[in-house]
Amino acid sequence: MSKVPVGPFHPLLEEAEYFELTVDGETVIDIDMEIGWMHRGHEYISEMSSFTQSIYLVERICGICSTSHPLACVHAIEDIDNIEIPDRARYIRSLVGELERIHSHLLWLGLAGHFIGYDTVWMWAWKYREPVLQMMELISGNRNHYGMMRVGGVARDVEPEKLPELHKHLDMIEEKMKMIAKIANDDPVLKKRLKGVGVLTQEDARNYCATGPTSRASGVRGDVRKDDPTDAYDLVDFKEIVLSNGDVYDKLVVRVLEIIESVKICRQCIDKLKIVKGSFWNKVEQVGEGEGCGRYEAPRGEVFHYIRSDGTNRPIRHKVRAPSYVNIPTYEASCKGISISDALITLASVDPCYCCTERSMKIKDVHNKEVPDLLTLSRNKTEKIRREIND
Amino acid sequence: MGWYNKRLAKSLWVFHVSGSPCNNCDIEILDLLTPKYDLERLGIKLVGSIRHADVLLMTGVMNKKIAPRIKKLYEQAPKPIFVVAVGSCPASTITFKKSYNRVEKIEDVIPIDMYIPGCPPKPEAMIEGVAKLIGVLNG
Repeated sequence: MSKVPVGPFHPLLEEAEYFELTVDGETVIDIDMEIGWMHRGHEYISEMSSFTQSIYLVERICGICSTSHPLACVHAIEDIDNIEIPDRARYIRSLVGELERIHSHLLWLGLAGHFIGYDTVWMWAWKYREPVLQMMELISGNRNHYGMMRVGGVARDVEPEKLPELHKHLDMIEEKMKMIAKIANDDPVLKKRLKGVGVLTQEDARNYCATGPTSRASGVRGDVRKDDPTDAYDLVDFKEIVLSNGDVYDKLVVRVLEIIESVKICRQCIDKLKIVKGSFWNKVEQVGEGEGCGRYEAPRGEVFHYIRSDGTNRPIRHKVRAPSYVNIPTYEASCKGISISDALITLASVDPCYCCTERSMKIKDVHNKEVPDLLTLSRNKTEKIRREIND
Repeated sequence: MGWYNKRLAKSLWVFHVSGSPCNNCDIEILDLLTPKYDLERLGIKLVGSIRHADVLLMTGVMNKKIAPRIKKLYEQAPKPIFVVAVGSCPASTITFKKSYNRVEKIEDVIPIDMYIPGCPPKPEAMIEGVAKLIGVLNG
């Protein structure tokens, strides 16, 4: 047995995470993880800031979920005083939330392609992600960190002259997503590489309390947008995507289908914005005493915010539960027993904002053979399958 | 080492390290590689190891747990290495000023040559920043 350290810095992306895979030859026996590299004390800072500042702060918990956290936060604050929001604000909130889901899933799709050696998928997915960011820039003025949420409504309106352009981009995204869904359905290499890999059974998904696409791919129903509809989600028509196998392939398909559903929601919101006129913000002078919970279905699962207020302008307790925190422990169930070349894509399949794992360190296994790094192993396997299929 | 810097400026190899950011700057850095911006046409390449890098891109406020690791990483780098801090976090710590878990001063951990402010900076701003760095290296 030997241990393969992964992280805390891996060359290609994002967050610092540390994983330790225990391997016997090529089989993963155990996995251990260490978190805390990203801890900045949001809850503590939030208790020293006013409610308006808190929204700005929670937006910076995660750059990809930068609508989900503020949205859950304003839901929590509105829950304290049962503040009603105007209809126009509902549609704008859902529109921004769904656009964020599209860009997050596309981002994941690209990275997943990169891990299994399909760099073309990476470039394509990120190319199609670019119009989503343009739409966000059109609506909010910034590519990321939109600053759209505000207690009692939204911070800025979506002007009617911007709506046709949004439609144009959405058409393009839907067309390309259908193309990608077709590729996923047709490509024999992709199927062989992802089907039956890193299976998270329905029982395990329940036991580990997985949320979001991770649990829905395993056949566990659960989508905050359906279960506890806020904003415009009870006013629009969309499907909850639930598949049954729980492998990486199903997680990919869930995300691709969710993008198509999100496009549908966006279209309905835009159409409604043409009809529903009026204010986009109810002025809120003060938040009373009490406590409130806010939930929202982030791209990765359920985001939960709890806020307690003592009647001043600051929360005295602010608790955040992010989806990745419950999804990451499912590795224990899905990674054990699989080949190390599949470990990378299985770790990535949860979309934990963490990915590539190249290291300059050389690892030796029990037979004293050198084990190359995870990315090379993963890509070699795809190459091997491709060769087999071509022969 | 003026002549050396001029050689470096022709093709900068960049290593990216995240010191407790919110991911946004990191994703925008990755976005630079993809078809819309395509930094590789300017000879700038993102590399997988600090030992190959000429520029270290750093993001985030840097918390106390990650600081020793970043210091170690900086020490492993072949010198001269130019550290570019991307985003408002390293430049001004923005909303994390009151955090108990950030290092007092990032400059005490590693020296920083250049800041690109913005939350997150637009890809165009990052390209301009790197272009300015090339200008400085050329003298």
